[in-house]
Amino acid sequence: MLRKVFRLKLLCVVNVAAIVCALMSVSCQREKRVFESSPPPAQSSQVTLSQIRPGAQTAASPASNDAENHAYDVNEGKRLFTQYNCSGCHANGGGGIGPALMDEKWIYGSEPVNIYSTIIEGRPNGMPSFRNKVPDSQVWQLAAYVRSMSGQLRKDVSPNRSDDMMPHKSEQASERKTPQNSSPPQ
Amino acid sequence: MRSKYSQLLSPGIAALAALTSTACSGVQSALDPAGPQAHNISRLWWLMFYVCTAVFIAVTIVLGLAINRSRKISGAEDLAPELEMPPEAETRRRNIVAAATAFTVVTLFVFLVASFFVGRGMSAELSAKQGVVVEVTGHQWWWEVRYLNDDASSIFTTANEIHIPVGTPVTLTLKASDVIHSFWVPNLHGKTDAIPGKVATMWFQADRPGTYRGQCAEYCGLQHAHMGLIVIAESREQFNSWITSQTQPAIQPSSATAARGQQIFMSGTCNMCHAISGTEAGSNIGPNLTHIASRQTIGAATMTNLGDHLSQWIADSQKIKPGNRMPPHNLSPEDLQAVIDYMQTLK
Amino acid sequence: MAQAIPKPVQLVDIELTEADIARDKREMERTWRRPKGLWGFLVETDHKVIGLRYIITAFIFFLFGGIEAALMRIQLAFPENHFLNPDRYNQVFTVHGTTMMFLFAVPIVTAMGIYFVPLMIGARDVAFPRLNAYGYFVYLIGGILLYTSFLLNTGPDAGWFSYVPLAGPSYSPGKRVDIWAQMITFTEISGLAGAIVVIGTAFKMRAPGMSLNRIPLFVWAQVVTAFMILFAMPSVMLASGLLASDRLVDTHIFNPAEGGDAILYQHMFWFFGHPEVYIIFIPALGFISPIIIAFARRKIFGYTAMVLSLVATAFIGFGLWVHHMFATPLPQLGESFFTAASMMIAIPTGVQIFCWLATLWGSKLQMRTPLLFVLGFFTIFVIGGLTGLMLASVPLDLQIHDTFFVVAHLHYVLIGGSVFPLFGAFYYWFPKWSGRMLGERLGKWNFWLMFIGFNLVFFPMHQLGLKGMPRRVYTYLPETGWGNLNLLASIGAFILAIGVLVFIVNAISALRAGEVAGDNPWAADSLEWATSSPPPDYNFLYLPTVSGRYALWSQTDKTPIVYGLSTQKRETLVTSVIAANPELRFDVPGTSIWPFMVALATAEAFIVGIFTPWAFPIGAVLAFAALAGWFFADPDHSNKKVIEQTEGHRPATQPKELRAEEA
Repeated sequence: MLRKVFRLKLLCVVNVAAIVCALMSVSCQREKRVFESSPPPAQSSQVTLSQIRPGAQTAASPASNDAENHAYDVNEGKRLFTQYNCSGCHANGGGGIGPALMDEKWIYGSEPVNIYSTIIEGRPNGMPSFRNKVPDSQVWQLAAYVRSMSGQLRKDVSPNRSDDMMPHKSEQASERKTPQNSSPPQ
Repeated sequence: MRSKYSQLLSPGIAALAALTSTACSGVQSALDPAGPQAHNISRLWWLMFYVCTAVFIAVTIVLGLAINRSRKISGAEDLAPELEMPPEAETRRRNIVAAATAFTVVTLFVFLVASFFVGRGMSAELSAKQGVVVEVTGHQWWWEVRYLNDDASSIFTTANEIHIPVGTPVTLTLKASDVIHSFWVPNLHGKTDAIPGKVATMWFQADRPGTYRGQCAEYCGLQHAHMGLIVIAESREQFNSWITSQTQPAIQPSSATAARGQQIFMSGTCNMCHAISGTEAGSNIGPNLTHIASRQTIGAATMTNLGDHLSQWIADSQKIKPGNRMPPHNLSPEDLQAVIDYMQTLK
Repeated sequence: MAQAIPKPVQLVDIELTEADIARDKREMERTWRRPKGLWGFLVETDHKVIGLRYIITAFIFFLFGGIEAALMRIQLAFPENHFLNPDRYNQVFTVHGTTMMFLFAVPIVTAMGIYFVPLMIGARDVAFPRLNAYGYFVYLIGGILLYTSFLLNTGPDAGWFSYVPLAGPSYSPGKRVDIWAQMITFTEISGLAGAIVVIGTAFKMRAPGMSLNRIPLFVWAQVVTAFMILFAMPSVMLASGLLASDRLVDTHIFNPAEGGDAILYQHMFWFFGHPEVYIIFIPALGFISPIIIAFARRKIFGYTAMVLSLVATAFIGFGLWVHHMFATPLPQLGESFFTAASMMIAIPTGVQIFCWLATLWGSKLQMRTPLLFVLGFFTIFVIGGLTGLMLASVPLDLQIHDTFFVVAHLHYVLIGGSVFPLFGAFYYWFPKWSGRMLGERLGKWNFWLMFIGFNLVFFPMHQLGLKGMPRRVYTYLPETGWGNLNLLASIGAFILAIGVLVFIVNAISALRAGEVAGDNPWAADSLEWATSSPPPDYNFLYLPTVSGRYALWSQTDKTPIVYGLSTQKRETLVTSVIAANPELRFDVPGTSIWPFMVALATAEAFIVGIFTPWAFPIGAVLAFAALAGWFFADPDHSNKKVIEQTEGHRPATQPKELRAEEA
């Protein structure tokens, strides 16, 4: 009886080994952690800001933010949001001096490159320019986090509750908002 | 603070310890004590070590004798199992087992009492907060060190390096800003966990001058392995002059390259995370750099602060400590040298 | 379905001819025959099959854990080595610990119980065969979950104990720790199922005459372990469940900023974690006694003291957990209590060792491989126990806690205290499983390579800990001077690995062409040796009775057997708890697909539950449906399908009355 069981197990082992090799070549994108800085997918100067007619919507950009696929990067964005004091004006996403980031209203566009551009360039009425102050890899992490605040990211990549006092529902529990254009406050 | 008990045993233990402790001396060794607590713990260790070795040898000898005295099998008829033992053999065994058990209980009691007295001796002074008071906060993956003082202008912050005067008790309050860390300098004392949401207090003392290395002893993530610190025990005069220099703000750079380095520091990414008192750089995310040039190590005791280590660290700390919070910097060689020149003025 | 046996039970003389026995054997083989193929794999409930599945699966996980250990030792062999980056190393040591503790150690020792307890007490199967099968499937799914995620870079990386806040939502992003938390649940459900099975079997299905004071020490150890599992596992399920809930549905149980507490997790985890190591260790004590009895050719000295020691160890084991937390800011006085308890537990274990030494002294000792492993246990485990006393002392623990000294201690007690006896058990019982003897010469090589390799790996770690090397570090600086001892340890690791390899070679060659073992190659005393090797599907043609503590050694020609249980359906004898008087004829549930279906429902709940809490209500509905099938479907007591297929006609349905009983 032991021999038969052993033969069955041997067959299983061979099959499993084949699956193992296949799995290891795929690897789960969500868990990727990269510690060297990678080149940015787009320079802020390459971002198209609008279509060429008056009052048009912001142009969609083909450049995507790879950080949005990695839970580690989005979590780093959340850490940096607090540590670089974005909350000083944006108050954990609820807004105050600056506009709210967790709602559906986007003044300068909701695409990742738009947010990247906003952080790098700064914006009128008080958003500082962080070019050369925050490294590009971190700006992409922040951009990914900002999008997660309005539920734009996949639930399994979005951050969970913070280990702090609870300012709002965690990003992974927030429902996804449909971005709409908005105009700057008067 | 020696208990009566340790006074009785210390000469013998000290002699034996001296014989065997040379193999155990070392940079971060618990058996190379430099302070009273580590000393008491070390003596408790040697007591337990010798008693336990003796017990182990005794058990091994009995086991060896038992095997030796067993009647060796010759033929198949000898395999008949013994279901009854002669009553004298039973009684003798019962007495020996009972005696061995009693001996075990006594030995354990000795250990318990020794342990209790050593433990009591270590926390006795806790209530008497005197001398130097230091607040240590564990971060992922570095130690923030703040020297407290009743005079607010004498409070200063540094990182990964603690200076203490020889022969004075130093009280530490331990906090953690993110995950659980554990503050451990083996030459001086055992470890205490720093747990977020709680404040732990411990004290230690160095009885001889020297540089003692410590390391975080609670798994705290990617770079737990490189979260070290050093404690420098020095004479009272040296300690006082160190305190005085640490409370000064940074001096303005005099040379042109150092001034350029300061400009790069303030206009670039550096002041987003690091503080230099006396300048507009005030962020407390990363270690305080006001007196970086006077520190002996970089990266939480990962490298010495000598040669081009600092420029390697600034250029790409991810190669040295992958996953740490400091991003790499793409500076031109001249700019990097300017920053180094500026750092070196921050004594 | 059970039929009461009228009291008083009487002893009768019967004539059994060769033809009677042959006919009974044929009918029993038909009634208890196992189905084949993939379907057969899914519906099987025979405890021997389930037990062997557990053992082989757990052994494969042991090999995986060993590979992870080898990877760690390669990385640590030299200072500032770049073989594994820190992220990978953290996953490797977490998965190593999780595999060894949850997927190897506990399952394999309870599996030995699942296989041998019914045989040793003279029963046909366990009390709850379908629950047994369910436990295995849940365990297998949990293990596959862990390893699939490990290969996909989603292996947990917060340590096998996953302390918060590091394992909490802020500091462990992604699903790695969620995989850990849910996998824990699988292995704990499986452990609980096994524990319930062992307790029910050991208390109610013993052979007539096997009163409580005649139970083999192996069975006592399994029963004590099963009770420990019942009380310890819920605590870790709570800890991991609350951790999963903090990560998935934003609770704040362990968030100090919102009123939670990080130390609460440690209490909940270690309330399980300390008994866990005794759950791993106590069954191994149960392996040692039969081996010593068989090879010293003698009864155990101090049986009552041994049983009481097992029970005392289990009790005291629940009062030690804070010794894992001495470095936290807990009150001194409380910590001293745990020092006392942690030292006190050495007393019952010491009594056991003294009793074994008293048994070995002046005995007719046969030095065969199983006994070599037991002697290895003595030396290694005693060192481990003594270093445990050092760790029990609060001040000394503050220096050596969370250093390689602890790594050395835990491996000395777990490998010395559990793995060495386990290998001895493999050598001892392999003939019973397979009908072949393992080679003695290879066995001696196996033992010595493992013994020497083990000591080379782990003894230097004591010194490394005292020299300041903390645990869970992926590398260390050259200036620390730890390089030489680490290199020595890594070399030892490879010698240990070769030793394990020798065992595998031995096992494979024995299965192919080993010496044929008879029913009782060791001339041992307990009931599993009273049947063929390997045992038939029904274990015993006629259930035995017992007239002494050492069943086969006190058996005579006049020892009664149990005759008259049905050969047309699966039936066994249920006896009373204390004196093992026959009480009932009990219908054993046969093969069933429902344990597998409930396991699938459980898997859905806990695997999909990593991603959405909706998985739990859905899983509950699926489990309800599968459990309805389990409880209301007609269990296959008579194995009618198999009988009809083989004979093509209905067999006689009149069961013979129970005739011969115990005096």
